[in-house]
Amino acid sequence: MTPRNFLVRGLLAGLIAGLLTFAVAYIAGEPSVDAAIKVESAESGGGHHHDDGAAAEHSHHEEGGTEVSRQNQSTWGLLTATGSTGIALGGIVALASAFALGRIGRLRPSQSTALVAALGFVSVALVPFIKYPATPPAVGNADTIGSRTTQYFVMLAISVLAMIAAVLLFRKLHERFGTYTAVLVSAGAYLAVVILAAALMPTVNEIGDFPADTLWYFRRGSLLTLATLWGVIGIVLTGLIGKLYAEESATQARRDLAASL
Amino acid sequence: MSQVTTATPEIEIPSIPLRELAPWALFFGLIGAFILFFISADQGAVSIPAGTAIHEWVHDGRHLLGFPCH
Repeated sequence: MTPRNFLVRGLLAGLIAGLLTFAVAYIAGEPSVDAAIKVESAESGGGHHHDDGAAAEHSHHEEGGTEVSRQNQSTWGLLTATGSTGIALGGIVALASAFALGRIGRLRPSQSTALVAALGFVSVALVPFIKYPATPPAVGNADTIGSRTTQYFVMLAISVLAMIAAVLLFRKLHERFGTYTAVLVSAGAYLAVVILAAALMPTVNEIGDFPADTLWYFRRGSLLTLATLWGVIGIVLTGLIGKLYAEESATQARRDLAASL
Repeated sequence: MSQVTTATPEIEIPSIPLRELAPWALFFGLIGAFILFFISADQGAVSIPAGTAIHEWVHDGRHLLGFPCH
């Protein structure tokens, strides 16, 4: 049980998660990204409701036009994004699990690792998503990208810090009041902080008349993508850490036996 | 209730001293933050380097992973 053992397993879990996340994002997310880009081109082209079809000369992206083809964006580009995010998150989750090892109640290594991944999903992905859900192309005013990016990362930071504080609170409470009360109070404290923060932070509504069904399919695909990323990291890393601990315990048991002879 | 009782056999749970963990956490934390910055935010709100190539390349992933893209 060394930091190196954790990190190597986390990178491997992240790599596997990145590949599977690519598959889920491609199947569950790309159709609605394409649909949204069609809406975007239709809007940025002619006046309003496609009165003349010769509008879409302003091809998908931004001022200078698209440098990367849609074909590449939806395959190699998407794979780059999910793969590197998977590896980076896998490593970070693994080192957080290494820190949590033996420090959260009496959880065994695989249990504390699974807990870190689950709390990571809630605090890094789920809670920020609920306040500032993913938006497809064509939704969102380019002039507000600065403030929207800041708000998203502020919400993310509040959520992660509140989760760390909640775990520390659990550690303080659980010897005196027992596990049940400690979980109840610390989970309640986390929820109170993020709900208050979400209520105070500005609402972003730049949807306009974007079709509701495409928006929902996109957001469902996005949530499935995030769930796959975190879920696979958590499951693979938990399995690998459990196996590592079992092997080390067996080696230790053999040593102890040999020493006792 | 759920107090720790001395009757349960004590399983020894290993833990890693902070001294040993800190350099790994610092080093990989920086690398991880660097990677996540390029995937999540670069050439959207801030641009290092200027341009749109990185933004365009990771465009679909940025949308689907829930980051504000443009």
